[in-house]
Amino acid sequence: MDILAQQIFNGLVLGSIYAVVALGYTMVYGILELINFAHGEITMMGAMVAISVIGMGLAAGLPALPLILLAMLAAIAVCMCLGLAIERFAYRPLRHAPRLAPLITAIGMSILLQNIAMLIWGKQYIPFPPVFPQGEHRLLGAHVTDVQLIILATTLLLMLALTLLVQRTPLGRAMRAIAQSQPVAQLMGVNVNRVVAATFAIGSALAAVAGVLVAANYGQAHYYMGFLLGLKAFSAAVLGGIGNIAGAMLGGLLLGLIESLGAGYIGPLTHGFLGSNYQDVFAFFVLILVLVFRPSGLLGERVVERA
Amino acid sequence: MTLTGCGQKTSDHGAETVKIGLAAPLTGPQAQLGQDMANGAKLAIDEINVGHPQIDGKAVIFKLLSEDDQADPKTATNVAQRLVDDGVAAVIGHMNSGTTIPASRIYYQAGVAQISPSATAVKYTHQGFDTAFRVMANDAQQGTVLGDFAVQTLGARRIAVIDDRTAYGQGLADQFEQTVKSLGADVVDREYTTDHSTDFMAILTNIKAKKPDLVFFGGMDPQAGPMIRQMRQLGVAAKFLGGDGVRTPQFITLAGPDAEGAYASTPGLPITKMPKGPEFQAKFTAKYGPIQQYAPYAYDAAYVLVNAMEKAGSSDPKKFLPVLRQTDYQGVTGPIRFDARGDLTQGSITLYQVQKGAWVPLQTVQSR
Amino acid sequence: MNARKRAWLAALALALGLAVLPFALDGLLGPYWVRVLDFALLYAMLALGLNIVVGYAGLLDLGYIAFYGVGAYLYALLASPQFGIHWPFWAVLPLGAALAALFGILLGTPTLRLRGDYLAIVTLGFGEIIRIFLNNLDAPVNITNGPQGITAIDAVHLGSFSLGRRQEILGVNVPSTVLYYYLFLLCMLAVVFVSLRLENSRIGRAWVAIREDEVAAEAMGIPTRNVKLLAFAMGASFGGLAGGLFASFQGFVSPESFNLMESIMILCMIVLGGMGNIPGVILGAVLLTALPEALRYVGDWQRHLLGRVVVDPADLRMLLFGLALVLMMLFRPAGLWPSRRRQREFAATGEVAEQEQASLFDARR
Repeated sequence: MDILAQQIFNGLVLGSIYAVVALGYTMVYGILELINFAHGEITMMGAMVAISVIGMGLAAGLPALPLILLAMLAAIAVCMCLGLAIERFAYRPLRHAPRLAPLITAIGMSILLQNIAMLIWGKQYIPFPPVFPQGEHRLLGAHVTDVQLIILATTLLLMLALTLLVQRTPLGRAMRAIAQSQPVAQLMGVNVNRVVAATFAIGSALAAVAGVLVAANYGQAHYYMGFLLGLKAFSAAVLGGIGNIAGAMLGGLLLGLIESLGAGYIGPLTHGFLGSNYQDVFAFFVLILVLVFRPSGLLGERVVERA
Repeated sequence: MTLTGCGQKTSDHGAETVKIGLAAPLTGPQAQLGQDMANGAKLAIDEINVGHPQIDGKAVIFKLLSEDDQADPKTATNVAQRLVDDGVAAVIGHMNSGTTIPASRIYYQAGVAQISPSATAVKYTHQGFDTAFRVMANDAQQGTVLGDFAVQTLGARRIAVIDDRTAYGQGLADQFEQTVKSLGADVVDREYTTDHSTDFMAILTNIKAKKPDLVFFGGMDPQAGPMIRQMRQLGVAAKFLGGDGVRTPQFITLAGPDAEGAYASTPGLPITKMPKGPEFQAKFTAKYGPIQQYAPYAYDAAYVLVNAMEKAGSSDPKKFLPVLRQTDYQGVTGPIRFDARGDLTQGSITLYQVQKGAWVPLQTVQSR
Repeated sequence: MNARKRAWLAALALALGLAVLPFALDGLLGPYWVRVLDFALLYAMLALGLNIVVGYAGLLDLGYIAFYGVGAYLYALLASPQFGIHWPFWAVLPLGAALAALFGILLGTPTLRLRGDYLAIVTLGFGEIIRIFLNNLDAPVNITNGPQGITAIDAVHLGSFSLGRRQEILGVNVPSTVLYYYLFLLCMLAVVFVSLRLENSRIGRAWVAIREDEVAAEAMGIPTRNVKLLAFAMGASFGGLAGGLFASFQGFVSPESFNLMESIMILCMIVLGGMGNIPGVILGAVLLTALPEALRYVGDWQRHLLGRVVVDPADLRMLLFGLALVLMMLFRPAGLWPSRRRQREFAATGEVAEQEQASLFDARR
């Protein structure tokens, strides 16, 4: 029983991380129908900036709590600027281009950012200084750390804030309008460029927070860490129904749980024939199965694809 | 642009230039290890050039050509061809087994000597290529020593094995598992991860349920660091043992205080006990920072190559390859002698433990 | 007749050029570039295969490399000491293409209802599943030899004439890479031929119809299910063929050659070159294969321009590659060599956007 509780908790933490990154993917996709492949790299940049700031802060003798906030703010600021710059210079000129063209730019951007980070922070794995509280607890038989609880709480908070933003504010209304139809929204007086830029800024800020949390949880960062994380998060967003904020959350949590329980129980389920080496196969298999029966994801709306 | 230059040797201050290639991943996720290897070779070549080397009475200058193989087999063969075209006499590389094996065929066909400082897959030297050498114990040698150590020295009876599904990790873990089983210990769980994972909570929770007294990991430090942290976080008190991929300073920085007490092996003798060891360590650290993993092996590989050329009185692989096979050299990683295949003969392997935040050598074993 | 004569002359010149190209490269730049050229041809075949799925039928496939892997592993298993089987290439290569086509149908069937990015993520998953199986099928029964890969794969050979060695032909000493070049060129021409025939056939037009509007296509009586499956199967078979050639050329296969980044690179090739346009796709493949290799000279360029090496060239190489992808797309969003149809479409959407913008401007006033 302890083992099951632990596996579920493991899955929830992993899933929360996926969910925060997936939120960024889904927001951009919702209004631009663009898979922002560079989103994972923005997460990585957030982690790197935070580590640098914490390193400097520790050297200056700052106490932990203000230091965490400062690092978080710095990461958010840098990532927002980065997101805005990428949108402005790499994606905006291609907004009316064939559908796959911005995808390739996004892939190019992703490679570019990785290598820039490699030049700035070097090729080694960078340890994340232990500034977060390091307490450990027992919860329903599962071992739980403070960082993990912070991750769960932050995810919940971000999710609520984002839902409010999209449902209750003028910016949110504009975003929804553009998602429905960009030309009509424009005719209704929505400044499309400004709203898209705002979306990128918010998505990048989320990525920055996710990056800091990931690095703190695993105790390390590396210039290549964003690629796989981004891919998993993108899968999570699709699973939940891409373009849908609650869907990203659900997809993220589900993917985390599937991976965790898959690695945990695939052996017993197949009588030891398959082991944890098939963890990803299991995850993708579930993903494919879900999409076969619900072709627009769990919470996605069934829309006729525009040509 | 120096596009041409097949076999042609440019002269520099009247000295003949002998080119030595270096191939390793210098970009991508494993760039740091590749760079470490490149730095080790570079230090050796720089040292050798300062000493006004001569081959057959003529002054020569050694030139190291570094190429990035991105840890990708296809790119590795391109790089191999490129180095051959540039007229290298020998190549130090590649780093991964998956790149070393396909590239070795190209070096063999071109008759260029190859010493890999780090490829451990047994197959590399079993292809019948008389150009292929390595200065590191292979998986079979190291896995056996690790298995003996786990059961006989640490007294482990219930062992869990994890590998990262790379040629290196899987090869080492399989050999380890086979050895501990033959010594009568139980392998209570076999789990798998990948070489880019950071979350091991699920497999470690499985392992916890099996109550092992030792966890063995076949893989590298970017995984081993967070792995041991998560192990302790889950309350698994079992001993932790790894191969040369784990015995790095980076493992200690990544694992933090949880690194304390972990065991790992490294082929060769403790560097501090070798005649030239401390000097190498000081020089390298001053120039490039702490040694990660393969720098000393690449350093030895460069010296072994140059010695063979000097002794043979020629930088023509046809002439120095037979001499290279007869190598008997005291390197910073230990004595280097090759068997008929190009593997190290009775390579010694040293076991280390993290004590007070540093790797401390425990014992050196001759591989069976 | 004059135009026809000119076309014949051009074709003849092209054929002659392609025939002497490897010798020219070998002489001018060295055998290394012949090897790069060989890989460019392999990737051209892959890109042409993916072009059928993505370019013609409009189905976004991010797991295409799996078919390459299937072909490569089939060749490796049937022509190496792994099982002690040594079948000749003329049996194994078509078999690899056929098996890949079967896998294509296997992938296609459950995904028929999916569109756009949902399809992309499922195909991505499919590609990863194949790779993971290749990486793990060493236990309980050893089939693929797991992460260690399969070594000593037979070179393509007929009797005692092997492409894996230097050969003396009519007194000319021809290296292995050049021999393989001709084989790859022949295979690629066959693939081009099939692609061309398909493009202008009923099936080709059916694919385009599905790409443009699936509902309308179905209404016009096109059996969309079968036609889509055919696209997956055709595209996959090209991949399987290229995979078999790759295995024999390298003499070694391991699962790491068939990762997601490769699928993405092939997609980049066709989008960058010009989706749906055969010469464009080939151009994209050649460019993206050669560019990372050409960028190995940045060290030399730095030395020439700045007098010293400022940044380690290896560190700059992939950075410049990423930058090049971004810039090329920004300046030629429809690809470097788009098909006429696409060019028109692109111009049209641009016009519409302009009109919208203009009317918006009017509205504001």
